Amino acid sequence: MATLSLSRLDKNYGSFHAVKGIDLDVADGEFVALVGPSGCGKSTTLRMIAGLEDITSGDIRIGDRVVNDLPPRDRNISMVFQSYALYPHMTVGENMGFTLKIAGRGKAEIAEAVAKAARVLEIEALLDRRPAQLSGGQRQRVAMGRAIVRDPDVFLFDEPLSNLDAKLRGQMRTEIKELHARLESTIVYVTHDQVEAMTLADRIVIMKDGRIEQVGSPDEVFNRPATQFVAGFIGSPPMNMADARVVGGNLRLSDEAELPLPPGVAAQDGQNVVLGLRPDDIYPQGHGIHTEGGDAVEPRDLTVKLSEPLGNETLLFVDFGGKGWTARMLNPRIVKRGEVLGFHMDLSRAHLFDAETGRSLRTE
Amino acid sequence: MDANKTARLKRRATNWALNIALFIAMAIICLPGLWIVLNSLRPTVEIMAKPPVWIPNQLSFDAYRDMFSGIGQGGIPVLQYFRNSMIIAVTSTVISLAIGMSGGYAFARYRFRFKGGWFLGLMLTRAVPGIALSLPLFFLYARVGLIDTHAGMILAYTALNVPFTIWLIDGFFRQVPKDLAEAAQIDGCTRWQAFWQVEFPLARPGIASAGIFAFLTSWNEFALASQLTRSTSSKTLPVGLLDYTAEFTIDWRGMCALAVVMIIPALLLTYAVQKHLVSGLTSGAIKG
Repeated sequence: MATLSLSRLDKNYGSFHAVKGIDLDVADGEFVALVGPSGCGKSTTLRMIAGLEDITSGDIRIGDRVVNDLPPRDRNISMVFQSYALYPHMTVGENMGFTLKIAGRGKAEIAEAVAKAARVLEIEALLDRRPAQLSGGQRQRVAMGRAIVRDPDVFLFDEPLSNLDAKLRGQMRTEIKELHARLESTIVYVTHDQVEAMTLADRIVIMKDGRIEQVGSPDEVFNRPATQFVAGFIGSPPMNMADARVVGGNLRLSDEAELPLPPGVAAQDGQNVVLGLRPDDIYPQGHGIHTEGGDAVEPRDLTVKLSEPLGNETLLFVDFGGKGWTARMLNPRIVKRGEVLGFHMDLSRAHLFDAETGRSLRTE
Repeated sequence: MDANKTARLKRRATNWALNIALFIAMAIICLPGLWIVLNSLRPTVEIMAKPPVWIPNQLSFDAYRDMFSGIGQGGIPVLQYFRNSMIIAVTSTVISLAIGMSGGYAFARYRFRFKGGWFLGLMLTRAVPGIALSLPLFFLYARVGLIDTHAGMILAYTALNVPFTIWLIDGFFRQVPKDLAEAAQIDGCTRWQAFWQVEFPLARPGIASAGIFAFLTSWNEFALASQLTRSTSSKTLPVGLLDYTAEFTIDWRGMCALAVVMIIPALLLTYAVQKHLVSGLTSGAIKG
């Protein structure tokens, strides 16, 4: 395994600037997820690391080698593709051993390496089958097996679970996590699914429009988002956002609705801001996640427009300050449409962003 | 009668009607071939009879025996024609496939300037009838000394075949997911190895189809060959058919026998290659 370092990495397609000078250091054995909406440059970045796309400028280092102009085969990386990319005319065993065959290794050595990887992934019974005879989950395992056999410095995953159904995706997520723990490998994992990124990665890189918005641990990007975009992208259901103006130490959301300025933010009087509050932090009294009754909890009576019961919790949709808000109710009871409930808004956990730059105004 | 029974009967009747329609269509397609084989085995009187004689009174292999019995005894240099046809068809097919694979791959995989224009230009060459080219080709070949040579015919047929082989092979390479070649490169292949190890085996049905097409075009072509070949050393089998025409007579039986001799290799080739025409070879490569 090895470290990976991207330095001022740039990619242009004609006049389109796909990746805009990104810097990233991945430690040996670290699991880093690149996450962001379609077109944010995450897959392009991964393909540049793999050597499948030329870089326009900047440097890519794997270990202590600069690999900018090396072809993919000389970078000692493995990649698991979104489409799996298994060779349909070869058996599972041949697929997995292909890399060693090309490297000119002996048959015995290839068979041993394939058997070892197959054991790790529990696909020993599939070695003589062809990809067309496998289910989606099995194909996914074979694709990972092919990557393991190469024993690379860095594993690259390009949205590997996006073609699986929800149940299988959850199962494979756990397996990838276990695999990483076992192999202690350096992994760069591209996904647009923030749940995958949160559950798998040691660190998450959130990208937007070819730039890195924030790099941090799952806890950091969830609890201390650096920008409004990160705050909206991470978390499900997404964070509630409302335009507001700082007036006399309060946040004015509309003519009728005001809230106190959340603690720990640096906002000036008259500044236009965006208030962000996660659904977890708006809840009917007695049904919240966090310890209730802190100093910054604002009680409001709000009318429930709609409720979505999910079993262990219910999502409630309410209007406040001329905007729709989503609230999360734990230990739920049946809530009827139009029912007025006393909600708590925990402003100690609220986020405030500058309306122009989108940067967080939190100071702690 | 209940609705289920009516529907069942209707489905059965439709199946029968389709089968009969298919049988008639196949009979129409096969009849000329059968007629040629039959005519090669019976006397000219019976061939020319009106109304036609469907069931021959007697069959003989005289036409085949005569064909091989040498010049002056009713024979024609069929082995030489066969050899010429084989050399010209095989060589032009191999060259067409080599160019077709390179061109098809380039069109399928690379972005380059005026790609659409180049492709359209290639296709437009197919719009020109071969016979319209025969006179300019004749003058050109006469100048450069390619008249009545194998090389001249190979060149002409390669030029005829290349646009179609590029078009056909391009379509098949497009069906091979690009991810596979990229996966192969990550697995340690050079671009060239990725092509031969992964993309070529998967595009083989298309390459085989293009090969059959190119071979049959060269094997059966008459118009250009009749203009550009003169002597036994370069005449192909279709041109050889003219040997059975004299000033006042046409030996229909001999002509049919030679036609059968021409058909057999083409049939054998198609049969040999058809196992490579299995479609859906790429299934399982990607999601699904």
